[in-house]
Amino acid sequence: MAFVHRIGARTHAFADLKDLMAKATPPRSGDMLAGIAAASAEENVAAKMCLAEVPLKTFLTEALIPYESDEVTRLILDEHDPVAFSPVSALTVGDFRDFLLSDQATPDVLAGLARGLTPEMVAAVSKLMRNQDLILVAKKCRVVTRFRNTIGLPGTMAVRLQPNHPTDDAAGVSATILDGLLYGCGDAVIGINPASDSLPVLDRLLKLMDEVIRRFDIPTQSCVLTHVTSSIELMNRGAPVDLVFQSIAGTEGANRSFGVDLKVLQEGYEAARALKRGTVGQNAMYFETGQGSALSAGAHHGVDQQTLEARAYAVARKFEPLLVNTVVGFIGPEYLYDGKQIIRAGLEDHFCGKLLGVPLGVDVCYTNHAEADQDDMDTLLTLLGAAGVTYVMGIPGADDVMLNYQSTSFHDALYVREVLGLKRAPEFEAWLERMGITDATGKLLPASGAHPLLGFVQEQAA
Amino acid sequence: MIARDPWQSFARHTPARIALGRTGASLPTEEVLRFSLAHAQARDAVHMPFDAERVESEIRALGFDTLRVESAAPARDVYLRRPDLGRRLSDESRARLAALDAPPADLAIVVADGLSAAAIHAQTAPFLAALKPWIEKEGWSVAPVALAAQARVALGDEVGELLKPRALVVLVGERPGLSSPDSLGLYLTLAPRVGRTDAERNCISNVRAEGLSHPLAAFKLVWHIREALRLGLTGVGLKDESDLLLVDGAPPAALPRPA
Repeated sequence: MAFVHRIGARTHAFADLKDLMAKATPPRSGDMLAGIAAASAEENVAAKMCLAEVPLKTFLTEALIPYESDEVTRLILDEHDPVAFSPVSALTVGDFRDFLLSDQATPDVLAGLARGLTPEMVAAVSKLMRNQDLILVAKKCRVVTRFRNTIGLPGTMAVRLQPNHPTDDAAGVSATILDGLLYGCGDAVIGINPASDSLPVLDRLLKLMDEVIRRFDIPTQSCVLTHVTSSIELMNRGAPVDLVFQSIAGTEGANRSFGVDLKVLQEGYEAARALKRGTVGQNAMYFETGQGSALSAGAHHGVDQQTLEARAYAVARKFEPLLVNTVVGFIGPEYLYDGKQIIRAGLEDHFCGKLLGVPLGVDVCYTNHAEADQDDMDTLLTLLGAAGVTYVMGIPGADDVMLNYQSTSFHDALYVREVLGLKRAPEFEAWLERMGITDATGKLLPASGAHPLLGFVQEQAA
Repeated sequence: MIARDPWQSFARHTPARIALGRTGASLPTEEVLRFSLAHAQARDAVHMPFDAERVESEIRALGFDTLRVESAAPARDVYLRRPDLGRRLSDESRARLAALDAPPADLAIVVADGLSAAAIHAQTAPFLAALKPWIEKEGWSVAPVALAAQARVALGDEVGELLKPRALVVLVGERPGLSSPDSLGLYLTLAPRVGRTDAERNCISNVRAEGLSHPLAAFKLVWHIREALRLGLTGVGLKDESDLLLVDGAPPAALPRPA
């Protein structure tokens, strides 16, 4: 179905719903690269005005990517809950924005709505929203998950401790884990991106993290961020896998380029849950996403990258993850050109994920070939803290020495906690106090050279 | 004013920025400035031009034949915004490779500047020097090494389609990090052709003296090539178990003979 919008004497025509969505998206380099972005600033706004009048129901009958040829579309439409959708089923996209910002849309109402919303509806409304709208609505969404602690409670923000090392060296990884824990980070997960894909190395990293968590009785979980098929193989060999990781995207073709489909994700999900390693819950999956991955894989079907990103959250939500994060600035300037585009995308992704009921964290980050710097990251981190982000990354000095990009640091987490009064996951917060790392208010105490955690690193180095 | 971290001695185990100390919640001034300098240097590395002539003469001195190709990206700024152009050969380069009409080799090697010409300048010759004895031991024939300017990993697929080797490895300058502006990545693809996805490749990353050493990286690559040829696949189906063959962390003298 074609769409038309008149502004004065000019008529703007849009070939179909996906064309309208792409033209309505705030400008970004990835959509330009794909050749689907609006050609002028006026066309961009005309598309927004036209999109505002589209009934939400349209997204249930007009698939942006055909049902027959894409298993993600089938997942979205087959699992749509019409009862949950009913309170907003008569609204247009524009009305939906007004509804989300209204006092009617309480945290409970929004939580009840999640299963009735499709990623396309959520992406569409985000295109009409300003940054402050994305923040305000996301803050009202409540998504709580559990494994060995409770993540996503109001007033909290968790941190993934990311102890990457260029050669997966045990002493190096341990030293970074210690640094992060003594800076009060690690409640979301202790999660390593391994430099190696070698199964013996992955097994050793899993055992190392399992050892530190068990010995110091830390209410957190570990993850080696390797391919789901490797995690399945490791579980078969008896390795201590807490969370199963996988990068995912919003189309079947892009997922295939990652070497996965829904079936293999299901296998990973079932294998992880069968281990029952959680103590307060069994949310055992960890997914990463990011705008631009489908285009990068040549599997974008002419759909804009932000909408495809929201579709990835439908894939994630099927497997009840503990954590999902958008690695927002990692992919490079060809998809998100500069600080402004990265900030906008981070807020959009967080909003879309939360509204769909996914525990969304954000890797607030950039690469050295993007037009961005630490000031942009400070801005995005502060905005996400205000929006109630589930978790962010904690990397020593914000410099990931394995993946070669800049993210947020242990210090950044302390900053945002101090400015916005955000607490850690309660079980972890209590552990830090018990270990003499923080005081009763969660503030760091002066560090002691005799802390037992230091002994662990010495052992690994020996 | 500054709270120093009493675990500074652990910094010798990792290049990561640990034990930085703090003033309140924040980084000390010295660290903020040190970081800014590293970022400035990495930004400069991204834009450094590829000195293909120098690298070519170093590779020839090792006894490899070489040839030069360019991607379809005309300039660095276009290359950064248009990765699609960096994955395709220029028309002229494509015609030149098509006209070669050489017999298909076991292995083709592409050297691509990627996002760090500095990495290619620093790592290519020492890595290939470490690789060469392994290639001779395995008895593999090698196509002329293609030096590719303004080139990304998938450019190797098109080179492979034209040269038709059994397997192809791309040496690519990895995205420069603050602590590693000159790190090399190795991407192996069996039966390369246009349209291969990343799930069909194996990657060995962080090849540099301070990361994965040249001898270890060469051994790992040879292990992967041997397994790829044996199993008939690369990518997620080929799991790296090469570490099981290491002797005290060093590569063995030779790969075990196939059973």
